[in-house]
Amino acid sequence: MSFWSRHKIFETNSIILILGVLIVISIGGLVEIVPLFYLKSTIEKVEGVRPYTPLEMAGRNIYVREGCYNCHSQMVRPLRDEVERYGHYSLAAESMYDRPFQWGSKRTGPDLARLGNKYSDDWHKDHLKDPRAVVPGSIMPSYPWLENTELDAASIAQELKVQATLGVPYSDEMLKHAESDIRIQANADDPNAVDLAKRYPKAQSRTFDGNPQKVTEADALIAYLQMLGTQVDFKLYDNKANVR
Amino acid sequence: MGSALAFAALALLSIIIAAKAYTPEYAFHAYLFAAASVAAVFTIVNRYYERPLEPPLLTIGGKPNYNMGPVKFATIASVFWGIAGFTIGLLIALQLAFPALNFDTAWLSFGRMRPLHTSAVIFAFGGNVLIASSFYVVQRTCRARMVGDIAPWFVVLGYNFFIVIAGTGYLLGITQGKEYAEPEWYADLFLTIVWVTYFLVFLGTVMRRKEPHIYVANWFYLAFILTIAVLHLGNNAAIPVSIFSPKSYIVWSGVQDALVQWWYGHNAVGFFLTAGFLAIMYYFIPKRAERPVYSYRLSIIHFWSLIFMYIWAGPHHLHYTALPDWAQTLGMVFSVMLWMPSWGGMINGLMTLSGAWDKLRTDPVLRLMVVSVAFYGMATFEGPLMSVKAVNSLSHYTDWTIGHVHAGALGWVAYISFGAIYCLVPWLWNKKELYSMKAVSWHFWISTLGIVLYISSMWVAGILQGLMWRAYTSLGFLEYSFIETVEAMNPFYVIRALGGAFFVAGSLIMAWNVWKTISVGEAAEEAPRAMRPVLVAAE
Repeated sequence: MSFWSRHKIFETNSIILILGVLIVISIGGLVEIVPLFYLKSTIEKVEGVRPYTPLEMAGRNIYVREGCYNCHSQMVRPLRDEVERYGHYSLAAESMYDRPFQWGSKRTGPDLARLGNKYSDDWHKDHLKDPRAVVPGSIMPSYPWLENTELDAASIAQELKVQATLGVPYSDEMLKHAESDIRIQANADDPNAVDLAKRYPKAQSRTFDGNPQKVTEADALIAYLQMLGTQVDFKLYDNKANVR
Repeated sequence: MGSALAFAALALLSIIIAAKAYTPEYAFHAYLFAAASVAAVFTIVNRYYERPLEPPLLTIGGKPNYNMGPVKFATIASVFWGIAGFTIGLLIALQLAFPALNFDTAWLSFGRMRPLHTSAVIFAFGGNVLIASSFYVVQRTCRARMVGDIAPWFVVLGYNFFIVIAGTGYLLGITQGKEYAEPEWYADLFLTIVWVTYFLVFLGTVMRRKEPHIYVANWFYLAFILTIAVLHLGNNAAIPVSIFSPKSYIVWSGVQDALVQWWYGHNAVGFFLTAGFLAIMYYFIPKRAERPVYSYRLSIIHFWSLIFMYIWAGPHHLHYTALPDWAQTLGMVFSVMLWMPSWGGMINGLMTLSGAWDKLRTDPVLRLMVVSVAFYGMATFEGPLMSVKAVNSLSHYTDWTIGHVHAGALGWVAYISFGAIYCLVPWLWNKKELYSMKAVSWHFWISTLGIVLYISSMWVAGILQGLMWRAYTSLGFLEYSFIETVEAMNPFYVIRALGGAFFVAGSLIMAWNVWKTISVGEAAEEAPRAMRPVLVAAE
């Protein structure tokens, strides 16, 4: 019996063929994926990284809904030009609460991982409404309906709760206040903003879309964009800490 | 009858969900599910009462009584979805050149149309080609009638219904936000049921075979169906916010989600767009060229090494990201090694023409398929090159990637599919030949021109933009602002759109030809060829 004739067993027995395929395709995935749940560099906790506030979460969901990830990455690579253009390279910990991750695969527009606080709220508002009004050469679609559409956040508490069951540290207090936190954060001087900042350190509260009358989708999206990449203070970050 | 009850239950559940849905978009989908289930119940009950006295015979006069109805449906569906998917691709290409074409409308904007394009071409067009061809090939090469009566129809119709749900979902803003896996949890669940049925029908037919050996094409089909099931379940593990909400949250997060996603994403390429279509290559090229597969041993090596190595290659989508270095390096090494099995397969496909090369001049259908294998070879050389970290640091995030994908998608996947469709239509509808061979030739040349324009413009665009991003002035400042690099892309986006328009035009020629073949094509005298490609058996 030659080497090749041993292959007959796969060709004449469909169940053995299936088992063979399953074993062969399992190896690579297991070797590469399983360690990521144990390695220090992929599960490290970094000072400052916190779960999204309800308003930021709602904004993030709009970001996902409109498919922003099709043209914008959120992953600064440790290359000279990228660090100079966008800021400190991205850490794994900075997307630890991202479900799904939004690292992206294409930069038709620039990377957004460190977008927060780079532009004013007004700039974002104008830019979302008509990108070419502020950046003449832009090819981004306009999103004029965002500032006119009231934010539908009726299920936000449930949404945070699902994430809590998946391990995101949303406390009972956070879940209890989820709905009211949306209004608090989208308001210029709400007396409860202090409590919000206690629950979510460094959360910025103000009227993001310039319209105090209602909480719109633009409020939520701009709140999300303004916090992107601002959680970790890189003056304090020890980049040797996760090296073994 | 059991299936009718299941559909009735699904209809009821859908109506309840529709009534209590959190969003009108989700209610709309629930109503679609309800309507489809009611239609299914009616059809099944009708079919039950109007069934012939005897169940369909497995063989008639010693020859297998093949079940080709679902194959015919999927073939027509693939032509339809192909044109739809290419046209949407043309639209989004134009949107990048002329942003006014987003029309300031939510459902028409690029971010929602792009997933529609990718899903329409990969899953709707490609998926229907795979289902049609696999159901055809498995019956022919096993010389057995397909298993099941309602099941094959459920696979074909259910799969196309899934596509409608997924596609309308993107336009309405229902998405998971994971590339090539955008459909939300309920669509994913439904697809899982369809896919398991698909697997069982396929496997059941293989088990019913009259041939001692399972033909090589069926190995590839089996690996494709199995692996896609594993990938689909792994990548889409999610918890819905509520049964009344379309929204769900993925079980994985951050870096883990990233690698699970590209383990899925790259192997959607490896198993959906490669293994599945290699199965088409292994059946249709030998058949059309009337030559046996070049090397039996090569096909064994090709099969096992390809499916083993592909799984490792996912991390090359995450070079220089927060993914650990060792995983990136592992992904790169396996991607480079993957070049060998890929070219082994290409050689096996091309050399099958030994002694029949002259047919390339006379048979444009064979020409389509051979050129597709050549494009496969080109794309599988370019892929390993781009997976090298140094190259990737330039090419990643640019249009070079888009060009690479389309060399594979237009050149390989679409061309081998066109070849298979051109073969299948006369065989399925008992026609002597296609209505017009000249039209096939036109289709070939016009779309080849389109592909050349597409990929060459994307090469230039991608490399140019990558170089501009990293260009420094003599004083050590970044030379270009980001928007300058966007503006530089415009001419290439226009050329790309032109290439896309040629490709759409080609597919319209195909649709016309298929329509004419079915409606007025000359009938074949004999039952279509019973000859199968000869494979030297292992002894």
